[in-house]
Amino acid sequence: MKIRTFAAAAAIAALAITATGCSGGTSGGSSASGGGKTLTYWASNQGTSLDNDKQVLTPELQKFQDQTGIKVNLEVIGWNDLQTRIQTAVTSGQAPDVLNIGNTWAASLQSTGAFMPFDSAAFSAIGGKDKFVKTAMDTGGVPGQDPTSVPLYGLAYGLYYNKAMFKDAGLTPPTTWEEMVADAKKLTKGSVHGMTLAAGSYTENSHFAFINAAQNGAEFFDSSGKPTFTSDGVVDGIARYLDLMQTDKVVDPGNAQYDNGTQAINDFANGKAAMVLSQNNANSSIASQGMKADQFGVVAFPAPQGGKDIATMVAGINMSIFKNTKNKDAALQFVKFMTSEATQATLDKSFAALPVLAGVTPSFTTDTALAKTFEDIYANKSKPLPLVAAEDQFESTVGKAMNQMFAKVASGGTVSKADIKAALTTAQQAVEAAG
Amino acid sequence: MPAVTATTTTRKSGAAGKAPRRGNRKTRRAGWWLPYALLAPAVLFELVIHVIPMATGIWISFLKLTKMYIANWGNAPFSGLKNYQLALDFNSAVGSGLLKSFLITAAFTVLVVAISWGLGMAAAVALQKSFFGRGFFRTLFLIPYALPMYAGVIAWKFMLQKDNGALNHFLFDNLGLPGDKPFWLIGDNAFVSVVIVAIWRLWPFAFLMLMAGLQSIPNDVYEASAVDGAKPLRQWSAITLPMLRPVNMVLLLVMFLWTFNDFNTPFVLFGGSQPPAGDLISFHIYNASFLTWNFGSGAAMSVLLLLFLLLVSGIYLLFMNRRKDRA
Repeated sequence: MKIRTFAAAAAIAALAITATGCSGGTSGGSSASGGGKTLTYWASNQGTSLDNDKQVLTPELQKFQDQTGIKVNLEVIGWNDLQTRIQTAVTSGQAPDVLNIGNTWAASLQSTGAFMPFDSAAFSAIGGKDKFVKTAMDTGGVPGQDPTSVPLYGLAYGLYYNKAMFKDAGLTPPTTWEEMVADAKKLTKGSVHGMTLAAGSYTENSHFAFINAAQNGAEFFDSSGKPTFTSDGVVDGIARYLDLMQTDKVVDPGNAQYDNGTQAINDFANGKAAMVLSQNNANSSIASQGMKADQFGVVAFPAPQGGKDIATMVAGINMSIFKNTKNKDAALQFVKFMTSEATQATLDKSFAALPVLAGVTPSFTTDTALAKTFEDIYANKSKPLPLVAAEDQFESTVGKAMNQMFAKVASGGTVSKADIKAALTTAQQAVEAAG
Repeated sequence: MPAVTATTTTRKSGAAGKAPRRGNRKTRRAGWWLPYALLAPAVLFELVIHVIPMATGIWISFLKLTKMYIANWGNAPFSGLKNYQLALDFNSAVGSGLLKSFLITAAFTVLVVAISWGLGMAAAVALQKSFFGRGFFRTLFLIPYALPMYAGVIAWKFMLQKDNGALNHFLFDNLGLPGDKPFWLIGDNAFVSVVIVAIWRLWPFAFLMLMAGLQSIPNDVYEASAVDGAKPLRQWSAITLPMLRPVNMVLLLVMFLWTFNDFNTPFVLFGGSQPPAGDLISFHIYNASFLTWNFGSGAAMSVLLLLFLLLVSGIYLLFMNRRKDRA
């Protein structure tokens, strides 16, 4: 009998342990214990690898700790996981104090109500709203409300071209869409193609759906935030982009399987394609494939004749603070540190990012012409993605629809404007259903 | 009432384990809670792991749980049957997408289960008799089952790449097939690819179960039938198949449920951008929930899928049991 009683007691003890285990999890992931506070920080992957990011950020976090006594626990998260991790954090409340977000998600994430709005007090704690470039600051959240994120790294798309290939063919870099297609046709010979695209990446595809539509003056959302995916300007813009593979045949159909930007950049760096559309942080990937900085040039992604001169959406990374953080002051100090001139100068260089601080010289490249080109694109030829709650749904539904259309073209089918309209109708209905 | 049952149990085991003369009335009373205490962990874990999540899922399917409410989902407004209407309205994008995905999954399941069962049966029969190298083949056939799922499917993903993949390399560079190398992971071929990979994953399980089932058939039955002049095919249909009936009954049901619910294969094979031809239903529901942050309708779709699988399993078991009674 004693043994049985013992076994029962053990079982109950085990239960008790499990039960306390369940309630043992702390929310917020951080605690202010004693003198030294601790923050948790989720950084997005900016460098060539997660480890590379860690190496770049660790000395900066150490500096922050030396200055303030606040320890920062860093976790670097890859792009493919970041959105899901944020969703999970929002749902469960098991969130870091501070985190990086893709700036295009800012309005969508704001609508969850899980992030701390930067009111005037918060802005003065981090050094004022005016220290940021206006273009970058405009991506912070829903217009007319206190933003829930502030800019950290600036990015913009540019059209990278291979100088030697253009010179050999007697060409100059294109300034209009028509010139770009004509050049690309001349440069397409055998296995070498005029252009390469990440045609299987839904994020890149949604960005170019947006940019091409914007060149036509078309919008994906009306002023009340309702999706308007099926307007003629949108359909025509997407058709123009798909035609690079479908009718112009300057893009290798194999690109339909490229589900991230790096694969296209590699083709460019290895001489398989003369042009690639990429954000300015491509430099390290290009260099890692052995292409030197003086072998390529960058111009703005050209608009068609008569179209609006828009070459990129305002890309980049923002920083947010979770509303349920127990260390609001420490979190604000950390955001101030990360967006200070000194830290920005170091990080922009390592991650090849454009400055988000007003009046700062770019440090991402020593090539002043290149820096100037990107600065001009970012400041004068950019348009923010729709700052609406459904922005992330636009990215996923339209981007995936474009993946499928590219796949159809690549495997020998044709995509008509009616097909594009049908696909966009489906995407729009999915967004409306979730609204 | 339960106390009585518990007492009986205690008395029986007590009588078996202890000297009968010792009066243990007192201890019986003191220990009435013991069986419950011992069962409690199992009941608790069953609740935590199965019952509560399932009930939560069903509850969520009646909520308008979009990203506006996700941070505090207890406050999501009740939406009645709206999520179900959305999923079952086949004229809308959401409903027609679900229906298409359901039909693809049905075709996928029939093909995968039938071919996996056929391969498993053929291999099990072939390896039934002892011969030199049997152990080697048994091991070889079980490798896909033993491999971690992710590693196996990722290897397929590499092999099925258009330009650098081993399959196209073999077909076009080595065998010299004419024409262009096709895509395997995008476009219509994606269906063929996901079927092949799923069969590769599943058939060793059929093989293992059937091989075990074959061990239980006594050899003299075959010998007696051979004396009567039965050929191998007749032996298979008249002896092997009927005697494997109990094994097959469970095996086919389990394979059906696994395959219809298969999430891992398309998720790993296609990654973030699923082709329409490979849009299996679990994967479709995941995308519908997470891409648009519409967890209410995702939950409704999951409940519909659960009801469908329950219905099919119920009919199957009913039909099989009736046949057994008749036999």
